[in-house]
Amino acid sequence: MKYVKEAGIIFGMSAAGEILNQLLPFPVPAGVYGLFLLLICLLAGVVKPDMLEATGNWMLDAMPIMFVPACVGIMDSFGELKDVLVPFVVIAVASTAMVMGITGRVAQWIIRRKGGKRS
Amino acid sequence: MRDALASSAYFGAVLSIGAYSAGMWLKKKTNLAICNPLLIAAAIIVPVLLLTGISYDEYMKGAQCISYLLTPATVCLAIPLYKQLALLKKNKAAVFCGIASGVAANALTIFVLCLLFRLEHVHYVTLLPKSITTAIGMGVSEEAGGIVTLTVVSIIITGVSGVIMCEKLFKLLRLEEPIAKGLALGNGAHAIGTAKALELGEVEGAMSSLAIAVAGLMTVVVVPLIGNLI
Repeated sequence: MKYVKEAGIIFGMSAAGEILNQLLPFPVPAGVYGLFLLLICLLAGVVKPDMLEATGNWMLDAMPIMFVPACVGIMDSFGELKDVLVPFVVIAVASTAMVMGITGRVAQWIIRRKGGKRS
Repeated sequence: MRDALASSAYFGAVLSIGAYSAGMWLKKKTNLAICNPLLIAAAIIVPVLLLTGISYDEYMKGAQCISYLLTPATVCLAIPLYKQLALLKKNKAAVFCGIASGVAANALTIFVLCLLFRLEHVHYVTLLPKSITTAIGMGVSEEAGGIVTLTVVSIIITGVSGVIMCEKLFKLLRLEEPIAKGLALGNGAHAIGTAKALELGEVEGAMSSLAIAVAGLMTVVVVPLIGNLI
């Protein structure tokens, strides 16, 4: 029953997140509401990490595969995509590299400046 | 045969898991970043569906049990975040400034490239939410008058390409701090990047999870402000 209870807590947080998503006017997805609800419950001590860790880690481990259906879904949008395929791919890839590079460099610069640690 | 597969409630799930496993095997065998398991999985599944004449909706009947787990898996990102909360508090300036500069870089790069490619307003606002998680990005795109299906496509291209590029990019820019790597993956490549960040380590995973939420909310505020520039 351990895993069933753990899944129960996780699904419960997901359901609560869905309800907040329906009730509140913000464009926040159910999963992100659920994430913060669970974080609050963990901080408040209502939920202990060992009450959901085994199932939770299994879900995090399986997470990459959950994007497969969405990737395959591109085939259904291909009709709309093909006119703008080249600019879309170039812009998506180039701006992603920019975002990752700048985010990482800025964060690392602040961390090392504060810590006085230089490589 | 086709009808039997098309009406199966598990075929899509088995095909997805099998194709992803093949992708993981190929990645391990070749050790090439371009052999990303998600990319390989799609490259296997799409031809299989086209050849057998099974539609995406029929495939999804089985595959939705996989995507159905995405919300609870997102909820579980609270676990690494909880464990790394002390580290997060200690580095809040780095976290906040890193994410904010990334969101600004995203908007600026897309603006400049859309001008260069002479794209119209509708494509510009379609692309603006491309670095945030699908559920937020779809809403932002719709609100701004973009094409939602193409926003989803650009979000997927972003996530997969971010994961493919990340190791080369980190080496090139000498990014070594786990916090910085995690923030970069979550901010640039949303949940797909976060799945990769979790493979790198718990700190990376926690920072990446946080970046999804913060970058998503910042983008919600930023897009209406700059959506009419093109």
